[in-house]
Amino acid sequence: MLLRHTPKEVKERTALTINPAKTCQPIGAMYAALGIHGCLPHSHGSQGCYAYHRSTLTRHYKEPVMAATSSFTEGASVFGGQANLLQAINNIFSVYEPEVIAVHTTCLSETIGDDIPQIIAKARDEGKIPPGRHVIHANTPSYVGSHVTGFANMVKGMVDYLAKSNGHKENRVNLIPGYVEPCDMEEIKRLAGELGVPHIMFPDTSNVLNAPQTGRYHMFPPGGVTVEELALAGSSVGTVALGRMASGPAARALDTKCKVPCEILDLPIGLKATDAFIDTLRQIAGVTVPDSINIERGRLVDVITDMHQYFFGRKVALAGDPDQLISLTQFLVDLDMWPIHIVTGTPGKKFETRIKEITKDVPHPVNVRATGDMFLLHQWLKSEPVDLLMGNTYLKYIARDEDIPLVRFGFPILDRVGHSYFPTVGYRGGLRLLEKILDAILDRQDRDAPEESFELVM
Amino acid sequence: MESVIFEERQNQVHRKGKQPFDLACNKDSLAGAVSQRACVFCGSRVVLYPIADALHLVHGPIGCAAYTWDIRGALSSGPELHRLSFSTDLQERDVIFGGEKKLYRALKELIERHHPKAAFVYSTCIVGLIGDDLEGVCKKAGKKTGIPVLPVQSEGFKGNKRAGYHAACQAMFRLVGTGDTTGISKKSLNILGDFNLAGEIWIIRDYFKRMGIEVVANITGDGRVGDLQRAHGAALNVVQCSGATMDLALMMEEVYGIPHVRVSYFGVEDMAESLYTVARFFDDPKVMERTRKLVRDELAGLYPRLQEFRRALTGKKAAIYVGGAFKAFSLVKAFRLLGMEVVLVGSQTGTPQDYQELHDITDEGTIIVDDSNPLELSSFLKEKDVDIFVGGVKERPIAYKLGVGFCDHNHERKEALEGFVGMLNFAQEVYNTVMSPVWQFVPRKAGVRGQWSVASNQ
Repeated sequence: MLLRHTPKEVKERTALTINPAKTCQPIGAMYAALGIHGCLPHSHGSQGCYAYHRSTLTRHYKEPVMAATSSFTEGASVFGGQANLLQAINNIFSVYEPEVIAVHTTCLSETIGDDIPQIIAKARDEGKIPPGRHVIHANTPSYVGSHVTGFANMVKGMVDYLAKSNGHKENRVNLIPGYVEPCDMEEIKRLAGELGVPHIMFPDTSNVLNAPQTGRYHMFPPGGVTVEELALAGSSVGTVALGRMASGPAARALDTKCKVPCEILDLPIGLKATDAFIDTLRQIAGVTVPDSINIERGRLVDVITDMHQYFFGRKVALAGDPDQLISLTQFLVDLDMWPIHIVTGTPGKKFETRIKEITKDVPHPVNVRATGDMFLLHQWLKSEPVDLLMGNTYLKYIARDEDIPLVRFGFPILDRVGHSYFPTVGYRGGLRLLEKILDAILDRQDRDAPEESFELVM
Repeated sequence: MESVIFEERQNQVHRKGKQPFDLACNKDSLAGAVSQRACVFCGSRVVLYPIADALHLVHGPIGCAAYTWDIRGALSSGPELHRLSFSTDLQERDVIFGGEKKLYRALKELIERHHPKAAFVYSTCIVGLIGDDLEGVCKKAGKKTGIPVLPVQSEGFKGNKRAGYHAACQAMFRLVGTGDTTGISKKSLNILGDFNLAGEIWIIRDYFKRMGIEVVANITGDGRVGDLQRAHGAALNVVQCSGATMDLALMMEEVYGIPHVRVSYFGVEDMAESLYTVARFFDDPKVMERTRKLVRDELAGLYPRLQEFRRALTGKKAAIYVGGAFKAFSLVKAFRLLGMEVVLVGSQTGTPQDYQELHDITDEGTIIVDDSNPLELSSFLKEKDVDIFVGGVKERPIAYKLGVGFCDHNHERKEALEGFVGMLNFAQEVYNTVMSPVWQFVPRKAGVRGQWSVASNQ
């Protein structure tokens, strides 16, 4: 019992996080930046930060993850990191030749008070940024928000630095996919394509972090939104932003900067959220939904119909990121399941309000907490057990100790593959989630059934 | 080829040949270079983490704790408290007003709940900047709770991992000398620099037991606070791993007069020589006889099986890039035993002596490199057309993308690689990956020019 240290009684903790359900901003910024074509993310801090982010992303994606660092030393920490960043910009452009350097800050450089825009301007003045190349930045202090905030800030940085209005609107929609997997981004683009909606997606990590084996090593894989596309995003007719927390800030910034109106929706996970996404795209682009999408939707509804007897009243505990959890909770409620314990480490009271609203008709008390952690979730579980756990790999400790099946979902997944190849967004993604949930529940039922009621047909 | 190496780094890469050997190392990484190094905190954390009955509290923003949560496969035969993640999760207000009170409350709560034998409190970048009095808070908490509460001065920006090893050794040294040494045999030793990855220290302990030598403390694999406290009662310190625990051995030598020997448990030659070194130290014919018998017994079963691997692997080429250079010596010899050729060897943090020794034991044409990066490494791997790359988490996907076999000789090893049995496991692992049928599908190896088969999204 690895978690034998967890007591059942919950005591308010004010000074301590145990087994976090979040991590820090810079890793989200690094992930977002990898969704720009030819971009080298740059961590303005000491060497450890980016080593940890690269390792974690590598463990999750099983792909090389490139990034650079300002390599702060004691001197830089006293006198500021300007010299380091200037030298880094110079070195990076002369050897690695990226299109873009995306600088994110760390707790160290934020506390020292480095002024990144001023340093970038200085680099430009000194000719350290070759013509046609770009340096963008986001402020991502680790002691504010979480990895989701960091992602949101870097996506907003793309708008702040690179989006331009060319004075007229072009028939094209911007898609901001949220902090989702490369395959989810691909799936969202595919759905837009099925609808016949011209689009620009940013960021776009497909074909960056789920790239094929070719026998060659590419420092800059072929995927990612290009700088030209990011510029054009300022002249699109509208933006559909998926995930309020991860995509909202960039969408609003684009509206303010280039007058591109935005719709901010939940991540299209599950039926209702995908319906809302398709419907919004249809309206903005003035198209009709093609049969192909209706068929996909119909299949999802069909499988729910076929198997709904197995969903009813199953209790579920969830840990993860706010945007994902909101859509997933809605999906589970629509399946007649009971999501009863829900935590995210990411701060934000709106999350709790939203979850309470979604679960108001669940015939069972529901625990929800932003700024929670997995220790708290475990304590809740001890008082009120569940049939299923859904969340990242770190839930495997609880799953093992309490003998509860776990469906891996979210970030990070360090011990299984599939998450970067098989989407969970859209109707097809819904089908995959259903399959995973049913496999977990029915495998358990098979395992535990007494011989006489061990059934062939289910 | 040369273009992938920064001008400033030219003297950190050496090709063994006619020119004199003079490799620059021990330098701060170049700002902007994609170094594979990490930070001070990382160094301290990996060394102390395996002490299983201690509390490990990270004082800083959440990231530092999140990225080091149970990432090292350092097995414990009992307590598992070290596998939980405890953080003060510093927020903006703490950065402004200081985190001392929070730290004290966190320590008090944790120690009261878990009754650890000692507590290690890790400082992070931000703590160094805001100037929390770690020493003072630890002292106060120690007084209140009655256990040793030890500050680890591991602010990330103070250097690379080696500085972190030093900070860890200083923290451990405060425990040494505080326990009762009654009953410790004159033929006794401490094992330093083994972290019990995949249960390796249990293999080594068994060897010493069979030689008739008592092991007082494991430092730090499957480590215990009580053992560290009485470690000064041992007659000898046996030190593996170049950087990590040597400082502790030196401090114990100075203060308690305990001599140390350097050993390596990797490979047949080094393993046997390590045991003989220890046997010679105790200068007892019975111990020597038992050691001879042990080595004989172990080798009898081993050699015939190694010969089989050797037949298959002869002439294959290996590349090595590891954290500390000391490990590389043994790997070079182990590959030689398998009939393989080492064509590249490098480390993140080697010293001039380390590299000189590597230069002495490698063949003509071997590339020797300090503080390398993915671009350099991938170009060396391709140039030398290697069959296997040995490294850690960040190196693995580089090898796989190129279609090259890989062996994790770092935290993520799944099989014990130490000891005589470890050599067999190593040979098996090398064989499995080098001979894997998957490489026939890699375009580069198949003689087909590897091309991205997926169009980029532009």
